[in-house]
Amino acid sequence: MRIVIDAEKCTGCEACISSCPFGAIEMKDGKAVINDFCSVCKSCIDVCPAGAISEVADGDAFTPDMDLSHYKDVWIFAEQRHGKIAGVAYELLGIGRQLADERKSALCAVLFGADEHEAQELIRWGADKVYHAKDAIFDAFNDEPYSQMMIRLIEEHKPEIVLAGATAIGRSFIPRVAGRIKTGLTADCTQLQIDPESGNLMQIRPAFGGNIMATILCPNYRPQMATVRPRVMKRGEYDAVRTGEIIPVKTDGLTCRTKVLSSVCEDGTCKINLQDAEIIVSGGRGLGDPKGFELIRELAELIGGVVGSSRAAVDEGWIPYRHQVGQTGKTVCPKVYIACGISGAVQHLVGMSSSDIIIAINKNPDAPIFNVATYGIVGDLYEVLPMLIKKIKEAKG
Amino acid sequence: MQIVVCIKQVPDTAEVRINPETNTLIREGVPSIINPYDVHAIEAALQIREQTGGKVIVITMGPPQAEEALREAIAMGADDVRLISDRMFAGSDTWATSYTLFKAIQKIGADIILCGKQAIDGDTAQVGPNIAEYLNIPHIAYIKKIEDVTGTSMRVQRLMDDGYDVIETPLPVLLTVVKELNVPRLPSLKGKMAAKKAVIPRMTAQDIEAEEQNVGLKGSPTQVKNIFAPQAKGDRKVLEGSLEQQVDTLVAELRRLQCV
Ligand SMILES: Cc1cc2nc3c(=O)[nH]c(=O)nc-3n(C[C@H](O)[C@H](O)[C@H](O)COP(=O)(O)OP(=O)(O)OC[C@H]3O[C@@H](n4cnc5c(N)ncnc54)[C@H](O)[C@@H]3O)c2cc1C
Ligand SMILES: Nc1ncnc2c1ncn2[C@@H]1O[C@H](COP(=O)(O)O)[C@@H](O)[C@H]1O
Repeated sequence: MRIVIDAEKCTGCEACISSCPFGAIEMKDGKAVINDFCSVCKSCIDVCPAGAISEVADGDAFTPDMDLSHYKDVWIFAEQRHGKIAGVAYELLGIGRQLADERKSALCAVLFGADEHEAQELIRWGADKVYHAKDAIFDAFNDEPYSQMMIRLIEEHKPEIVLAGATAIGRSFIPRVAGRIKTGLTADCTQLQIDPESGNLMQIRPAFGGNIMATILCPNYRPQMATVRPRVMKRGEYDAVRTGEIIPVKTDGLTCRTKVLSSVCEDGTCKINLQDAEIIVSGGRGLGDPKGFELIRELAELIGGVVGSSRAAVDEGWIPYRHQVGQTGKTVCPKVYIACGISGAVQHLVGMSSSDIIIAINKNPDAPIFNVATYGIVGDLYEVLPMLIKKIKEAKG
Repeated sequence: MQIVVCIKQVPDTAEVRINPETNTLIREGVPSIINPYDVHAIEAALQIREQTGGKVIVITMGPPQAEEALREAIAMGADDVRLISDRMFAGSDTWATSYTLFKAIQKIGADIILCGKQAIDGDTAQVGPNIAEYLNIPHIAYIKKIEDVTGTSMRVQRLMDDGYDVIETPLPVLLTVVKELNVPRLPSLKGKMAAKKAVIPRMTAQDIEAEEQNVGLKGSPTQVKNIFAPQAKGDRKVLEGSLEQQVDTLVAELRRLQCV
């Protein structure tokens, strides 16, 4: 597919230029022309008032020699660390179950390392089958054996869809897998749906720093692969008596050139696991200086929450990166999210807007954070927070 | 020691805004910059060179304008650069981009390859690991510290979701880096002069012997179907009364939610 502009029809109004997220349209001699940046997203087609822009099929388009009908089943990669399955695996089973039901196929989990009990848990959370590769080589995470094993399994069983968590582990080795198999991989999806007409997986993700959302397809290659951010998908139902099949997988011949010498749990990190927190109190640049976080911490402790932050506060050096919520930080989904002195830039919102209740304290009534806030207080946080802390203490008695 | 750094020229997404009426991006006046993570990759390469000796070659795949990014790399101190550019590369997704960079790196040769953690326009973080797969070498993603480099091996710290791992790897290896790794240097006056004068060597699809069916739109398994503006949810409740009354309502609500 290619986008073409009919120079005869083009009036040189430049409407298409600002519609293009890729900067792929330029003016030449008063006419719009498409340049090398074009990704055929088609945003410009409807914008053109003269109807001069259209999509044409490339006569010599390359279609791979691949029989798509051989590919079936939905797979999720069940990541484990230190023998425990990561929460994102259960979330993947939640969305995976929906997709598998729609495709009338099986939902399979792939587990490297960990024990039988963990494999069983995957079934109770919705898997029909678990491919379980048990081997000491998977105890620490190394990209080579992980990708080799995954490539082997995909080539043997030919799944239609493969999902993994967009975590440090998933984002690191899954690209090797997609690269080797030659198929598409969409990073950091926030929504997944089956296109009712074609049966293709519609992979929706933020792009350009969260300013826009894009729907990505992989129509001619299989499997369709995607990574999914933790805490975005809802878990399915847990069924303690659900049964399924655990299929042991041979692990001979795997190789590994890197060696993990030690794994360090950073001081406090394990305690403040932001992504599992039910209550988060976050501070932003509005705190004005690092001491502001003392107030944030006090409130958080009082209501049993943990401390989050905007990127601005991290960039200022007021708090370590691991507290950062948002596009380039953690995605969180707590019951209560309290944002203090945070403006609500879209990159921050994508990381927390699915929280159940959002409370915003900001002295600027026009701050975009109020657009997503369930409760908003317009005021100086140095007035509001001490009052709030005092009143909560009173309420607790 | 030959160190190759892959950099990408990206729009400064911090400056990109969306027009709420037309749901389109406002790109006017948005500057093109070197992907911020890649600047840290250049810095890491220069530091390794200072320690072990060798040569730093910075490459980018992109349209002719991407030359500007390479000039900045020269100003920082890169020994050599390559612009991987060809009309055939237009519309590449991460698969095709990785393939193209792999073919180029194979021609150039490298002991260490450095990439940024991710490019801020797409935020995919896929290109680095994918290149390593084609080169059939190990990679380590999210490097936050280089503890040791020798002529044949490296020891590094890799950021994980719950802390970090210390990892040893033989060379050749590909690393993707996060910002904590270092503080990039500013271009020197001498560097700026060199950058101005430099002739930027270009490599085409033919030069790197890339197969046509693997590059550009043709070589890209993924397709962008459409783009749209993110939706904000709108169950906003405005608190009424004096500040004290508002705080009282909030405390009551927190009680209802069993936070207090
Ligand atoms: C590619 C990319 C990725 C990004 N990723 C992230 C990310 O992961 N997370 C993230 O948070 N950001 C991210 N950002 C940055 C984001 O665009 C914003 O710059 C950032 O979120 C702003 O942080 P802030 O709200 O704390 O600061 P500001 O925008 O400066 O807002 C401070 C707010 O505090 C209010 N205020 C000031 N004083 C007081 C007071 N005394 N009492 C009450 N209110 C007060 C002000 O009215 C203002 O609204 C990213 C940007 C880009 C380009
Ligand atoms: N067109 C390109 N030219 C050179 N390097 C690139 C290109 N695209 C991506 N990279 C490298 O791959 C990293 C990850 O990019 P991405 O996978 O697009 O998020 C970047 O930080 C760069 O180091």
